[in-house]
Amino acid sequence: MTAIAATSARARPRTATSLRQWVGLLYVLPAVAFVTVFFVIPLGMTAWMSLNNWPLMGEHAFVGLDNYVAILRDTRFWNALKFTFYYTVIVTIAIFAVAFPLAIFIEKPRPLTNLYRTAFFMPAVVGFASASLLWSWLLNVDSGLFSPAAYDLGLTEKKVNLLATFQPAFWSIIAMVVWKVAGFTMIILMTGLQSIPQDLQEAAVIDGAGPFARFRAITLPLMRRTLALALILSVAGSILAFDQFYIILRGGPRNQTLTAVYWIFNQSFVSFKLGYGAALSMVLLAILVALSLIQLWLLRKPEGLD
Amino acid sequence: MAEAMSQNRKTAFSLARHSTGIIASVLFLAPIVWTVLSTFKPAQEARQPPLPPWPTTGFSVENYETLNAFGDGLWASAQNSIYVSVMTVLLSVLVSVLAGYGFSRFRFPFRDFFFVLILSTIMIPFQSILTPIFLVLTRLGLHNTLTGLVCVYVTLQLPFSIFMMRNAFDAVPREIEEAARMDGANNIAMLVKVMLPLVWPGVVTIALFAFLGAWNEFLAALVLMTDQSKFTLPVMMTALQSGRFGAIDWGAVQAGVTVMMVPCLILFLALQRFYIRGLMAGAVK
Repeated sequence: MTAIAATSARARPRTATSLRQWVGLLYVLPAVAFVTVFFVIPLGMTAWMSLNNWPLMGEHAFVGLDNYVAILRDTRFWNALKFTFYYTVIVTIAIFAVAFPLAIFIEKPRPLTNLYRTAFFMPAVVGFASASLLWSWLLNVDSGLFSPAAYDLGLTEKKVNLLATFQPAFWSIIAMVVWKVAGFTMIILMTGLQSIPQDLQEAAVIDGAGPFARFRAITLPLMRRTLALALILSVAGSILAFDQFYIILRGGPRNQTLTAVYWIFNQSFVSFKLGYGAALSMVLLAILVALSLIQLWLLRKPEGLD
Repeated sequence: MAEAMSQNRKTAFSLARHSTGIIASVLFLAPIVWTVLSTFKPAQEARQPPLPPWPTTGFSVENYETLNAFGDGLWASAQNSIYVSVMTVLLSVLVSVLAGYGFSRFRFPFRDFFFVLILSTIMIPFQSILTPIFLVLTRLGLHNTLTGLVCVYVTLQLPFSIFMMRNAFDAVPREIEEAARMDGANNIAMLVKVMLPLVWPGVVTIALFAFLGAWNEFLAALVLMTDQSKFTLPVMMTALQSGRFGAIDWGAVQAGVTVMMVPCLILFLALQRFYIRGLMAGAVK
């Protein structure tokens, strides 16, 4: 189709038409300028800076791959990366465990469904920074909600500081992120559920398939692209996590919750090792690009359909 | 008999559904409601655990007043946030409407290359290019300015909003344009008078996403705004919460959180239709 359209366009008298078409370049120029200045050039600079020793003040010096060699020995970066992956896996499972039932709950139009959907979604429009500040208060040992409430109810002997040790601090963050993100994932999954033809489900009911058999044989396979999308969005978002760990935990307790982005932030903007920070950024960037390629593969259209 | 049974089952199902719905709704809304209510406690009471969340010793806006006394004050950072968000909305809408129209209606050299270039920036996390962005802004004289931050936010919005706008323009039949051209309308006049009303829902969607994105963004604002007078609300409130201005006043922090949350919630409730549209468009692509 497109080939035919292209030929017929070319067959028309060239000069006047194609000159008019060039105007299009003017329309997209501002966008291209923004992306070039604030994205493409910085991207190239990251690659170049990663090959340099680049302090905030003073001259930078080309050091080849030294920064990358240093990364190999940087155990704290690898620990941060390990923690980031651990967090990503746990939080993604937790988000899906909450969002999938909610998506099924609000999928069909029934009385009050819209109201419930809106309520579940509200935390998703609040920013991560606001949500983190809010929860840092709820989790505070003296002025917060959870510890004093547990103490008042007699569940704990004394007020427990949830943010002082790794396990409770980590699971508090998971709870906060699930609260904030589940509604978003729910909407994505709902669009997938709604795209499954109703007659397919009905035919399966007539054939005597139970709810679990239907879920496995119809719902899951037909939702493959939606599931993949929700999964990738959650994974990519979690690998880049920063706000909640910075605001609620400051990377603590004992630097155990430093994420990859947090470590890059520390190296670049606290220690001002800009070249080294750029090399770390290149590693993170490679991970995310690999993830995007997996995404494109998972989201490919089923063969024969376009 | 059988009918009564099924009627009973229906009632039971409906009851179970609504109790689940109400419990889940309460869980999702409670932290927001808890915070907003407790900001109206007097400062003395706000230091105590929020049990119950509502003020018990009298209604007060003391927390908001305290907040306004920190550093340059709440109002100063709120103004910064409003400026950055509104400018991001205006600029990203302008740039994406033009680009969406250009990509949809013209065939020019490198068209597909430029389109893919803009969309592919979504694959690369901006967190990894913040240092060079800092250096580029310095070179442009935009270092530590709100305008510089706006430029970064606009760039981050472009892949989504240009994709949205191109699809919106693609959905407008070409006959409408040709009729307008017959009447002697030039390109810009046609875009503004004929096309814009037709793609208006798309414009509202991208404006909403641009506002929420800029209003809530934290890391870039934290890194790029080094002068306290330029802090946006999230950066200002984090500085306050970290005890940079002395002992942490949780009442004031919650007042700040409320100021940060309420515009998002109101905009979402008013424009929910457009928000879900945007999500769907993202999900289908």
